[in-house]
Amino acid sequence: MNENPADLAPELCVLLAAALGLVHGLFLPRDRQGRVAVTCAAGLAAGFAAAAVAASRPALTAFDAFAVDPITHVTRLAVLGTTLGAVALAAGGVRGHPRESEHHVLMLLAALGTMLLGASTDLLVLAAAYLLASVPAYALAGFGRDAPGTEAALKYYLMGALLGVAMLGGVTLLYGVGRGTSYAVLQEGLGAAPAAAVAAGAVALLAGPLFKAGAVPGHFWVPDVAEGAPRAVAAFVTTVPKIGAFAALYRIGAQALPPGAAGWPALAGTVAAATMTLGNLAAFGQDNVRRLLAYSTIGQAGFLLVPVAMAGRGDLARPALLFYVAAYAVTNLGAFAVVVATGRDELSGYTGLLRDAPLLGGSLTVCLLGFVGTPPTAVFVGKVLMFGAALDGGQVWLAVVAALNTVASVFYYLRWIVPLFGRPDGPFRPARGPAAVAVTAAALSLALGTGAGAVLAR
Amino acid sequence: MLSVAIFLPLAAALCLPAVPRRAVPWTWIVIAVGELALVTALWIARGDRGGIAYETDVRWIPSVQAGYHVGADGLSLPLLALTALLFAACAVHSLGRTHRARAFAILFLFLETVCLGLFAALDLLLFFVFFDLSIVGMYFVILLWGHGDRAASALKFFLYTFLGSLVLLLGFLGLYLGADPHTFDMVELTRAPPWPGSPGRAGLTLLAVAIGLGVKTPVVPLHTWLPPAHTDAPAAGSAVLAGVMLKMGPYGLIRIAMPALPDAWSRYAWVFLAIGLAGVLYGALVALAQENLKRLVAYTSVNHMGYVILALGAAGHALGDADARRLAVTGAVTQMVSHGLVTGALFLLCGVLYDRAGGYDLGRFGGIAGGAPALAAAFAVAAFASLGLPGLSGFVAEFQILAGTIGSGTAAAAVTGALAVLGIVLTAALFLRVLHRAVLGPPGELTARVTDLRGSELGAVVPLLALSLAVGVAPRALLDTVEPLSAAVVALVSR
Repeated sequence: MNENPADLAPELCVLLAAALGLVHGLFLPRDRQGRVAVTCAAGLAAGFAAAAVAASRPALTAFDAFAVDPITHVTRLAVLGTTLGAVALAAGGVRGHPRESEHHVLMLLAALGTMLLGASTDLLVLAAAYLLASVPAYALAGFGRDAPGTEAALKYYLMGALLGVAMLGGVTLLYGVGRGTSYAVLQEGLGAAPAAAVAAGAVALLAGPLFKAGAVPGHFWVPDVAEGAPRAVAAFVTTVPKIGAFAALYRIGAQALPPGAAGWPALAGTVAAATMTLGNLAAFGQDNVRRLLAYSTIGQAGFLLVPVAMAGRGDLARPALLFYVAAYAVTNLGAFAVVVATGRDELSGYTGLLRDAPLLGGSLTVCLLGFVGTPPTAVFVGKVLMFGAALDGGQVWLAVVAALNTVASVFYYLRWIVPLFGRPDGPFRPARGPAAVAVTAAALSLALGTGAGAVLAR
Repeated sequence: MLSVAIFLPLAAALCLPAVPRRAVPWTWIVIAVGELALVTALWIARGDRGGIAYETDVRWIPSVQAGYHVGADGLSLPLLALTALLFAACAVHSLGRTHRARAFAILFLFLETVCLGLFAALDLLLFFVFFDLSIVGMYFVILLWGHGDRAASALKFFLYTFLGSLVLLLGFLGLYLGADPHTFDMVELTRAPPWPGSPGRAGLTLLAVAIGLGVKTPVVPLHTWLPPAHTDAPAAGSAVLAGVMLKMGPYGLIRIAMPALPDAWSRYAWVFLAIGLAGVLYGALVALAQENLKRLVAYTSVNHMGYVILALGAAGHALGDADARRLAVTGAVTQMVSHGLVTGALFLLCGVLYDRAGGYDLGRFGGIAGGAPALAAAFAVAAFASLGLPGLSGFVAEFQILAGTIGSGTAAAAVTGALAVLGIVLTAALFLRVLHRAVLGPPGELTARVTDLRGSELGAVVPLLALSLAVGVAPRALLDTVEPLSAAVVALVSR
């Protein structure tokens, strides 16, 4: 058994930074806690570097429960990169807040849980990672201690607790019929187990990751948290936990369940179709950009579930999922960064942004057109791979549903883009830090799209 | 060298924010004319050899075998030249008129790169990138510089053509998955057509590709986005949309669908014959009933594109006479060029009318030849070119198409070809009706406002019409370039 802690270097960097951040927070005077953000950012950057180095090495398994393979590499890099962006977004808003250091540390811990979620190849580690990724996020959602934030946190927590229990039930059931919790053991053991028990266990198990991914039926928290939580936290919880959740879902489909068990392509495909349709249709009438973005993330989650449904069928499913999830993370962070920068929640508040702040407005346009799947942004390449995976897996209906949903999604993204070209009512005073994050994310989205070859070659 | 020509307008667009406001229109004209000179030089330097010239193949996404692969052959070069010419005409036409002139110029330069790139692309994914970007660019042109109910028209245009593009993407993925080994490269796909052993899947792939390109062409019944988009777009936008972007559909059919899916194309050639004929007759009949001049011109586009689809359908009849089928393909390409020149000019002239009088209503004009002789003359020449008068480009194109279709020897093609001749009669009737009502006759209520063409407007329209005349009188230069390509395409379809 490989028990080399160096294989978990990125995770350890984040854990160390979180611990240091807490200690710093204890001893620093209340008005000088800004340094904690620096410590946390340094930890994330170190983790990112370690993950990039690890990505060039061959795949291996550590501690019998932790795969270090391309899925983990992409999860790590995407989580660490977007968390770094989220910390930068939050830094301005919580400066001088009595719980400033706790805010950053909670973000780091949730990111750590997300990375474990995406890397674990054992149901028990998966359950632990689920809790580590969820509990700090509940606290973050209610960080503002105002009425909408409290409601959001409560809803988030109740949904998470309920679906978490369902997931634990699924773990128990699969352990019972599969005689193990490690994915490799399960894939062998479940083949001979009663099909109904496997199906029930798998469905219950999926509840947890689907909740984290914000997919149907675990999507109810997304709009409320996006609207009620502080803006930077909304950016964080609609971006980061999803990355690990999709990686976990893919692993369950490809590595834990035997091929064809629990009606896999049909089950996950139906969830995907339902998620994208619900998210896109519900986004139509939203006038609050945070709710609009929330439903947009649900729609995107549906698209991301397509390669999950195709797990293990064809060569395109894995690159499709990994590229799309990274592209989604960058684009979603960029869009939310614009919301943080302008500080406006109403659609009408964005009238004339392109004239008053061309760079910020341009970034928003790039991110929203990116969500539509316009080349040469990153999501475009992700979508091409996603459609290819669906056709390659023989699920033409899923590709058609995804195409129709993409067209439907154009409508509400355009509702936000069109006012940008109008005449501004009053001057915009965008915050500098978040604006820089938005511009970086938009540039990164374009770079990922045009340089897709270099990234996919890994 | 070809890549330089493609990306020169985009590079210029990126530099344009640094140019002083008053120099913007002239800078745009200089770049557009320079681009035209560059593309013409590329065409002349290549001559009329067969095969692909100026080929560049760089790996882009190697894991799915997609590359930046561009090149120009007898099909690309006329369309590249047409694109550069129309964009130059738009630059001249826009001199001293548009509000937000800088943004307008930037958007048009961006669109020029997109259109040139599309006609040079030899990779499906690259083709799709440019195809999609053309939709986004045109959406903003209609939304920001259109008139009338522009937001609704722009949205309809975007949603409709975007759905078409996604169906096209599914078709491209079908081609990719059918090829062995999987590839997006058009040259490879032409060499070894995908889905060799499974006609059902090849048929489905062709269906997706044809729907995707058919929306853009547009073929009846997928044309309903076109009239509102044209009516509410600015004149230069309409000219580019009709003159250049409609060509993307038939171009894709000739470049991708026919060589890569030859069996399916031959099997379903009758479908293309039928929808081609439907486009010819339906477009002409609906145009005949229009009171709005710009809508009328838009419907004649449906009619003219119908001829192109008809010719491609005739070219797919594997049993037909090979010479006649080659003639049909050559006619189709000539029709694409001719339609670009003539309809581009017609839309620019419609724009002049709207600038002066603020409307397109045929009933409110009349006798404009009295106050605006140059405008009337230009309009008359364009109308005659569009209805296919000998001596102008439309005749050369339609004669070849009909001769090729009827001559291909199969009964179905001969009958549809004969019926399509009716379309010419209808077009003649409708254009004569327009000339009769708007240009001649007693003055209407808006006639007093119509003043004659200005220098910049003449400079934009006259070259287009002069080239139409040149193609009509001496078509050899164009045909020599196109014919090797038609022979190659017909040979590929007959495999």
